[in-house]
This record gives sequence, C-alpha cells and structure tokens, in this order.
Amino acid sequence: MVPHSVVGKSVPRKEGREKVTGASQYVDDMVLPGMLFGATVRSRIPRGRIRKINFGTGINWNEFVIVSAADIPGKNCISLIADDQPCLAHDLVNHCEEPILLLAHSDRYLLPEAVEAISIDYDPLPAVLTMEQSERCSEIIWGQDNVFKTYIIEKGKLDGIWAQADSIVEGEYTTGAQEQLYIETNGMIAAFDPAKGVTVWGSLQCPYYIHKALMTLCGLPAEKVRVVQMETGGAFGGKEEYPSMIAGHAALLAMKAGKPVKIIYDRLEDMTATTKRHPSRTRHRTAVTRSGKILGGEIDFTIDGGAYLTLSPVVLSRGAIHAGGPYFWPSVRISAKAVATSAPPHGAFRGFGAPQSLFAMERHMDRIAQTLGISPIEVRRQNFLQPGQATTTEQVIRESIDLNKMLDRALELSDYDSKKRKFEIQNLKGPIKKGMGIAAFLHGAGFTGSGERYLGSVVGVEASADGTVRVLVSSTEFGQGTKTVLSQIAAEALTLPFENVSMAQPDTQEVPNSGPTVASRTVMVVGNLVQSAALGIRQTLISSGLLREDYSPDEFQAACKAYVAKHGQFRSWSRYEAPSGIFWDDEKYRGEAYAAFAWAVYVAEVSVDLETYSVSVDDFVALQEVGKVLHPLLARGQIIGGVAQGIGFALYEKVVWQNGRMQNGQMTNYIMPTSQDLPAIRVYFEELGNIHGAYGAKGIGELPMDGPAPAIVNAVEDALRVHFDSVPLLPEDIMSALDGDGTAGDLHRDLGVASGGR
Amino acid sequence: MDRFPHVAKIQIPFIVNGKNVTVQAYPMERLLDVLRKQLQLTGTKEGCGEGECGSCSVLMDGILVNSCLVPALQASGCHVLTIEGLASQGKFHILQEAFQEFGGAQCGICTPGMILAAVHLLERKSEPTMDEIREALSGNLCRCTGYSQIVEAVAEAARRRCKTA
Repeated sequence: MVPHSVVGKSVPRKEGREKVTGASQYVDDMVLPGMLFGATVRSRIPRGRIRKINFGTGINWNEFVIVSAADIPGKNCISLIADDQPCLAHDLVNHCEEPILLLAHSDRYLLPEAVEAISIDYDPLPAVLTMEQSERCSEIIWGQDNVFKTYIIEKGKLDGIWAQADSIVEGEYTTGAQEQLYIETNGMIAAFDPAKGVTVWGSLQCPYYIHKALMTLCGLPAEKVRVVQMETGGAFGGKEEYPSMIAGHAALLAMKAGKPVKIIYDRLEDMTATTKRHPSRTRHRTAVTRSGKILGGEIDFTIDGGAYLTLSPVVLSRGAIHAGGPYFWPSVRISAKAVATSAPPHGAFRGFGAPQSLFAMERHMDRIAQTLGISPIEVRRQNFLQPGQATTTEQVIRESIDLNKMLDRALELSDYDSKKRKFEIQNLKGPIKKGMGIAAFLHGAGFTGSGERYLGSVVGVEASADGTVRVLVSSTEFGQGTKTVLSQIAAEALTLPFENVSMAQPDTQEVPNSGPTVASRTVMVVGNLVQSAALGIRQTLISSGLLREDYSPDEFQAACKAYVAKHGQFRSWSRYEAPSGIFWDDEKYRGEAYAAFAWAVYVAEVSVDLETYSVSVDDFVALQEVGKVLHPLLARGQIIGGVAQGIGFALYEKVVWQNGRMQNGQMTNYIMPTSQDLPAIRVYFEELGNIHGAYGAKGIGELPMDGPAPAIVNAVEDALRVHFDSVPLLPEDIMSALDGDGTAGDLHRDLGVASGGR
Repeated sequence: MDRFPHVAKIQIPFIVNGKNVTVQAYPMERLLDVLRKQLQLTGTKEGCGEGECGSCSVLMDGILVNSCLVPALQASGCHVLTIEGLASQGKFHILQEAFQEFGGAQCGICTPGMILAAVHLLERKSEPTMDEIREALSGNLCRCTGYSQIVEAVAEAARRRCKTA
C-alpha cells in the first residue's frame, strides 16, 4: 500500500492564520449598510395564555420595527422533525424565555430598554417542572400523555434470568442539564430582497436545517432562501437546531423592515433561552452471576425534552442504543422515553444522549462490582463485547476490537494498580482522599440506523484551470478542523499538495447538502464522499486521455486547464449510498445501528479535600480507538477538549432551575473549567482502521464527552467509599452526603479524618 | 433617545497599535465597543460582557484588561494593543506562530484574548513553568481545547523567544 502523504499528518489548520491574527469574520464582525439590530421579547412565565401585550410609556415605539406572530408569511413553526415549536408564541406560552415579539432599531443600545418596557399579561397555567411530574400526567402539556417518543430495544428473553442470577443489582442514576457554552454567543444577520428572497449569515452548524426552516416560515421556495455560515466560535451541538429560530426571527424583522437586521444574543439570553443537554434518569436492574457476568437486565432511560419535541426523539435514540455500554448482554430490555416539561427545549450537545446513558452504565458496573465484592476491572473484563458478538440491537461487531487489551494499556498508562495500593494507605490519614475510576465506552459514528440513507448527503469537488481544487460541502467548521481534514482527504485522493485544496464557504447557493455537521459523521461519512468525488475528478481526467495514472501536480494542472478549456466548469459529485448488507429495522430498533463504533477506556485520578469538599482531577488518561487518525494534532485537540467538557459535566456545571427558568445564566455563576481546573489530559490512540470511512477514519468528536463523568464519579466513590449517582457532583453534594444530618463525625472517622481537626 | 441621555460624547485621544487615534465616544462607553465599532478592530471579541471570559482582553499600557469593563474615558492617553497590532509587517508574532503550530486555536473566538494574555505573561516572565502559564491564562476561558495545546503553545513560544533573545 502506498504510504499516505497528507492524511495522518498534522498539516496547518486551513483557517488558522485568520484565527490567530483576529482576521476571521464572525457574524458580529459583519456590518451591512443600513443594518438594524434586533431583539426578542420573551415569556417570563413557564406556561400560560397571553392575554394582552402592553407597550410602556417613555419609548418612541414608532421608531421600532415590531414583529408578532401575525406577521409571519408562512407557517408559524421552526420546521425540524415535528413542526410543533412556534417561531413566535401567539396564544399560549409553553416555557420561560419563549419568544413572543421581535423588535428592531438602528441603535442597538436602545433595545434592552424597549424590551424591558413591554409587559405581557397572562392567564397562568400550571407548569410541569420535573420528569416525574410529567410522568404523573396530572397536567397534560404535550400530546395525550406528555411523551414525545418511546423506544423499546429487546434482545433475548429476560424470563428466567432473575431466578438464575446469583445477584440482582439495581441502581438509579441521573444527569443534569448542561450548557454548551461556546464562547461566541448565537447570532444571525438577515437581509430581504423581494426579487432574491431572504439571505441569512450566521453562527451555525447546519445550513440546510435553517434553509428548510426558513422556507416553511417565510413561505418561500428553495431558491429564494440562502443561508451562509460565518466563522463560528464554538457550537458543540448548541448551534445545531436553535439557529433556525434566530434566523427566522432575523428574517421576519428584515422582511418587515426592508433593511438588514442583526440579532446577537448576549450571554444571559443565550444561556437562559437556548438549548442545553437533556437531563436524564436511568434505572438499571441487572441479573449477574457471582463472578460478575451479566445474564441480562432491564434499563429504563428517560430524558427531559422540555416544552417542544425539537430533536428529543433522536437524542433519545442515541442514548438508548448506547445504554448497554461496550458490554455483551445475552438478554436485555431497554425502555426509553422522552417526556415533555415546561423547560425551554433541551437539545443537541456533544454526545447527544450517550453521555447520559453511559454515565449510568459505567456507574452501574462499579455498583455491580461492589455488590459482588470484585474489582471494577474484573466486572468489565467479564462482560466486554468481543468481535463476533452482538450489541443490544443485535449488531454484530466485525471490527477486531480488543477491549481487554485497551483496558490493560489504560491501567498501565495510569499506573492504576500501584496508585490504588498507595492511596489505600494514604487515605487512612489526613483530609485529602484519593481515588481511581475507570470508564469503558463506545460511540457510534454517523446517523443512527437508516438515518444516513434518508439524508442522502451530496458532496462536490471542483477543479480549476490553475490546478487547484475546491471542496463543496455544507459541512461546517466550528473549531473541530472540518476544513482541514476534508482538504487533507481531497489532497490525498488526488495526490496533490494540501495547499492546492481549498474549501468553499458553506453557502446554500454554492454548496450541496452534505448533511448536518453533527453525530461525529463529518470525517467518516462526508470524508468518504469527498474522497470519492475527488477520485471522480481524477478518473475523468484519466479517461479523457488528459492525464496518466501517475502524475505530478503540474501535470494535473495542465490536464485541468485543458479540460476546463474544452468543457467549462469541472465538477465531480458524490452521493451517499448505504453499504450493502446493512440491516436496520426502524420499527423494532434492531440491526446495524452505526456504520462504525469508536471505543475507549478512560481512567481518572482524583483528590477529594474533606475540608472544602472540592474534587480535583489530578491525572486523566484517555485511550481510544477511532480508526485511522487523519490529523494527530486536531484529533488530540478534540479529545482533550471533549474530556474538559466532560470534567465540567461531572464536577462544575450545574444549571439551577427555578419555576422553569435557569437562574444562573451567566459565566459568573455557571462555572466551566478554567486552565487551572484541569490536569494535563493524556491522550492515546489505537488505530484499527475502518472499512467505511475515508482512509479508515471513524467519528471522534463526541466520544470524549462520554467517559469523563463516570470515570470521575467512580474515582470519587473509590476515594470516599460513598455512593454518588448524579452529576454534576458539586462540593455541596459531597458535603451533604458526608455530613448528612449531623452524622459527620462518624463518617469522617470512617474516612480517617479525626474529629476536631486533622 | 440615547443610551447615555444626560451625557455628551467627548473626544478621547489614545494610541492603538502604535497609531494615534481620537474617537468621539460617551465617557462610559465600553472600550470594547469603541475598538470594534468605531475603529473596526473586530479581532477583539465579546464572550460574556461581564469580565469573566477574557475574550475581549487587550493590553492597556502593558496591563491586561477586559475591554468590556473599561470605560472609553479610561483609555485616554493610553497605549492600547489589540490582536491586530501583534503581527509586524505581516510576520506572525512568536505566539501566533506557536498557537498555529501547536493547536492553540480551535474555533478561534477566545484566541485573540488568549494570545494577548500570553503576551502579557511573557512580558513579565520569560521562562514560565506550566503551572504559571495555567495561572496566567486562567482569566481567559476556552471551551474547545481543554487548554493543554494552548499551554503547550505558550511554553514553546517562551522557549523560542529565549533562544532568539
């Protein structure tokens, strides 16, 4: 095999120069002539009927452009899966911060006061603030039963396993909402021209989601809606679906004003009004043998979808499929349910349901180990999926993955055994308790089941007369390195220097729909299409006699020049086709859930300070198998960044709710890790390769979000010998678990802290 | 109607990236807005507007400040350095080069402020330890990188600068 010349190398980031010089154009850096600024008037109650809107005194309302639901030319919804979420509430409000009115003015400083001057009279209705309240159905807020979606995954027969079991282990695990907290807040600019239609420029992940939503909202045909992605300052899923809402608002204002309108959220608005990770509750009931082998079990996975359906069914699906972890279940029944509450809709966030269900699975493995008196290592070894075995959806593992070997390597890298021994002695004295925790997990790359088939992504590659090549995709860059890696793939396929390849700006007028930039699908699925479209260019030149099989960049240029002179524009297209022999049953939720899985074993080392109850992560080993690593520097950056968000999810990031509204929507009181809160995260890769992806790559972006929370909480439990089954795990949670109601002395003595001081 | 209804705009002279400028601004207008909107220096970013994230960091007379918390008046007569003033004659600053090479920038939104915080550190300490780097950058939040590659970039830039100095 010819060694790769571009793939596998850490070439310079395509847009790196602009990023380090501050020259990149983000949406708030863009100014259009005559542009107005827009703001949103939102609901201050979680649920109720709008009775009257009052415009306060002291504001010259004639200067403002005002848009209400009555101004919507098309359908009043944000078109996604169901069209249930209004763009502007008309009659009912179903969550706090739901948009009701839009204002625009040429002076952006005047908007906050104007928003403040509008008061709305409501007839309040009872809100549903928790999943449990939703499940009780005392108040119906969605459909017949407050349930957005359910899935049942069944494998084998559970009858009989309970009697066979040496032990039945039960546990309930919960995770909280988490804010994506991209540093660039959401923003959009819209312009309207009756002849050309509506154009939006913005901070976004999925240009074609917005394209579809605007067609429905504005009642415009496809060619009269144009969506352009600006440089995007972080997204993490948080700019997957909500930007359609903001684009809709900007478009409605621009249509009414006849001028371009810019909407930029401030941090408080962004945090309180836009999506967060779905809170979850997972219940496990598992039949095991004395040696720790799983015979079967029931997993009940429930997520809080908030007030509208948005992406909850898809988040639920991924969470359910990952709920069994990287283990072999002879029999299992996974019941998954997304319920409605009166919270702002929860949405996409890196991991997309999997961090929630995997937190439960990996905590539960430690619970099983404790119940049986075996080690957390042994219980995992007993149950790891092996090649040839089938997952909970009956997907047979065809890769030669060896999780035992990965676990061995992770234990060695983290010096697990000797540290465990050392900590056991150290922990007898003093207020600092140390512990080690493991998480083993997997993450499916690409859309679930038949998802990629439905998407039918299209990619283009264009060659110019000067011998340069441009990749045409709607896949977006927002930090991960999309532009860089897709360019590498095209350069490799055409045996051209990396510098000769550029990326078209994602603009729906310019690029085909290569699908959304989500689900760890870009490198594997879109990359594969880029490779085949690039090979199409090569084949065309060779078969038309302009190029030999073996060519230099100069010869390639000469061939392109000749081709373009004769035929004009030179483009090659590639459309997704499902690999043959892939079986998926949408009804029974059975079959090949993902084209490939990435696999990982993470080990966390923590210290808990019993004087402050704070937890610090002292060392973190992240070992994963993600197929071929196409760009080592970017891949390592993805893992470290994901682990950092995972540490935040585990130890810092708590959304405080009161009456359905986030109370801590600022960076002052919603705490994400700083450079001083994180250890030097150690990243290691194994590379098995993969038959589906470009040059053997699998998905990587979401994987590192899944492991840190369970590894860390397992380590905290190891340090303190106290169960913690929820994240985030804050110092006050540890304090109340240890101190409880005045039993501190006993527990502290048990933990080796002498009462009355050290 | 005005944002600052009882106050008149004043002339504020200062030096930005080595150039003398005079702006007409309200005394309490944020330096961040003056830089971005009046001077079109959009490399300075707003992340939170309350001095928590450091995206709007600039150097004012050599001191690292959050420009979202600095009233324009306070800049009067000061030397302000923004990301646009860092590269000289199209040549990267040693930190920009290291950020590019070591993966210090992902989405890029925190990068200008982060680089200026690093400039500030290297001005004070030519050979910082990893812990000192982490401490010096702890007022600049990054959601993408988990900081490691930023810290490595700063350490490498310090090494290179010591070598060439």
